[in-house]
Amino acid sequence: MALERIQQVTGRAVHVPGNDIDTDRITPARYLKVVTFDGLGEALFHDERFNPDGSEKPHPLNDPRFKGASIMLVGANFGCGSSREHSPQAIYRAGFRALIGESFAEIFFGNSTALSMPCVSASKADIEALAAAVEENPALEVTVDVERLEVRYADKTFKVKLPESARKALVEGRWDPIADLLEAGELLEQASARLPKAVKS
Amino acid sequence: MGKSLYEKVWEAHAIRTLPNGQTQLFIDTHLIHEVTSPQAFGMLKDLGLKVRFPERTFATVDHIVPTHSLLEPFADPQADEMIRKLRENVREHGITFFDVTSGLQGIVHVIGPEQGITQPGMTIACGDSHTSTHGAFGAIAFGIGTTQVRDVLATQTLAMGKLKVRRINVEGKLRPGVYAKDVILHIIKVLGVNGGIGYAYEYGGSVLEGFSMEERMTVCNMSIEGGARCGYVNPDQTTFDYLKGRPYVPKGAEWDAAVERWKALASDPDAHYDDVVNIKAEDIAPTATWGINPGQGCAITDRVPDPALYPEAERPGLLEALAHMKLRPGQPIKGVKVEVAFLGSCTNGRISDFREVAKYLKGRKVAPGVRAIAVPGSQVVARQCEEEGIAEIFREAGFEWRGAGCSMCLAMNPDKLIGDELCASSSNRNFKGRQGSATGRTVLMSPVMVAAAAVTGEISDAREVFGVGELVGA
Repeated sequence: MALERIQQVTGRAVHVPGNDIDTDRITPARYLKVVTFDGLGEALFHDERFNPDGSEKPHPLNDPRFKGASIMLVGANFGCGSSREHSPQAIYRAGFRALIGESFAEIFFGNSTALSMPCVSASKADIEALAAAVEENPALEVTVDVERLEVRYADKTFKVKLPESARKALVEGRWDPIADLLEAGELLEQASARLPKAVKS
Repeated sequence: MGKSLYEKVWEAHAIRTLPNGQTQLFIDTHLIHEVTSPQAFGMLKDLGLKVRFPERTFATVDHIVPTHSLLEPFADPQADEMIRKLRENVREHGITFFDVTSGLQGIVHVIGPEQGITQPGMTIACGDSHTSTHGAFGAIAFGIGTTQVRDVLATQTLAMGKLKVRRINVEGKLRPGVYAKDVILHIIKVLGVNGGIGYAYEYGGSVLEGFSMEERMTVCNMSIEGGARCGYVNPDQTTFDYLKGRPYVPKGAEWDAAVERWKALASDPDAHYDDVVNIKAEDIAPTATWGINPGQGCAITDRVPDPALYPEAERPGLLEALAHMKLRPGQPIKGVKVEVAFLGSCTNGRISDFREVAKYLKGRKVAPGVRAIAVPGSQVVARQCEEEGIAEIFREAGFEWRGAGCSMCLAMNPDKLIGDELCASSSNRNFKGRQGSATGRTVLMSPVMVAAAAVTGEISDAREVFGVGELVGA
């Protein structure tokens, strides 16, 4: 299965500040009452962005200056809480292709990688400097270089972190693991034959 | 140097190394529910794949089921579509399904242990972050996303990186009125909501050794709230006694062999840990959260933080939490008015939770103006509560006694907070909007503290309200 190689992501950025932003906030549970992921982009940060009457609240994603951004700048422990893949799906379907944050919750990170959406970690200072630059010039072009593990904008560059397995998976176009997993073939039957199984007795 | 249980289980289940360096890990038991599985079955279909080992997947319906009536079609057409889709998928692929008509339906993390599907040394995955619950049995159990649900359905394996292991010892004697829920809320407060990223938590020490299986489940359940994808307790006699005779465990000579095998899985006395944390049982108080993540908690006798007294970097987060909770800086947590009391969830919806509360609730009344809801974790728990007269005690007290499901823990069914109602809750998450209203407020606590809040109409110290501790002589 030939998958796109995610070597770098270039686009405009938007800063969604705050630490410990959980997946209930990213996609409130009522948006999980679906049997496909279609249309989830609209759910993104819904209750943070809209009042119950549908009017807009002040939120970076409602700010016309940042419309069309494809890189999201976030704080620490982003995506904590529920394992719902609906959250990265909503982010992806809203047009985002990479996240730069201080740190990411593990399940969210894995779900995002499997969607080809890199979540790279950077220092608070680097993220804040980039956020300030974006605030100053929302049209600023930002590049997340997955291959070289750096972020570039204007004349600035800073280093980012990404576990090597995720970097490799993205850069080599192996971010969806299914093909690799299926290659195990007979090893799967052998493992199932020797490992414990819950059987009604 | 010896090995931890995590290492032993990991090695037994590692099939091969993948090209990106991750390990292909075999998953013994896969649990699915209606919310995170339909898209996975869709992906499977798109790829032209089948469920590789259907006998290793078990399904239930829990998140969207109404708890007041199981009449179908459900009033909520979306919920109705989800249960029908799940039925269609399990039928097509030959998967065991604990449907609402089975008498065995319930929250996935309640019924797995109840049926004996959860066993020591297993790898267990489910598209639900509270899968860590099953670690109470010495299983390596963790939540996965929907794409990974597809991976398990198609191959019974996952691409995983090995975690580090942090041993958390809780030594000493818990003070009267302190429960397993308080232990885990305390651990999360000490280590932080992101302290566990990259770790499996191994819980031990005299307190965990003395805990029942259900208390251990409460602790392991909230590992993910501390950032740890899985948490476990080494299997021991308590584990084996709980499992013996349950429908899905081996019987006779096979049982004896299984117990021997399980005993050998426990971490070696000289096991290597990447980190060790020691917690004194005496330092743990009955706890309530005051904020918008499970680490923002304090002793019931404490005051909520005053951001002015904290370093500047921490103030915005504290102010945001207090603003959402509508609490004043420095006010005592005790005495805050409660509009809703929720008792249930995969954290605290088991028979022992209802038994413990019933001891104190008997003869009491829910305070006027408080909506109190009791939701058993499974149909089995519901039946036990009826048989033991527990359900009647709750009804007499003015609780709404409901059917099994996730209910107001995440409000995907009709059970929701309205407006900015404040809920004393035995669940696991106090995130903004978690209980179904964007402005709703959640205060996490033990089941007995929820009952104390229900009868007084305010956040209360159960030791004062019920004399907890004196009665049980704990």
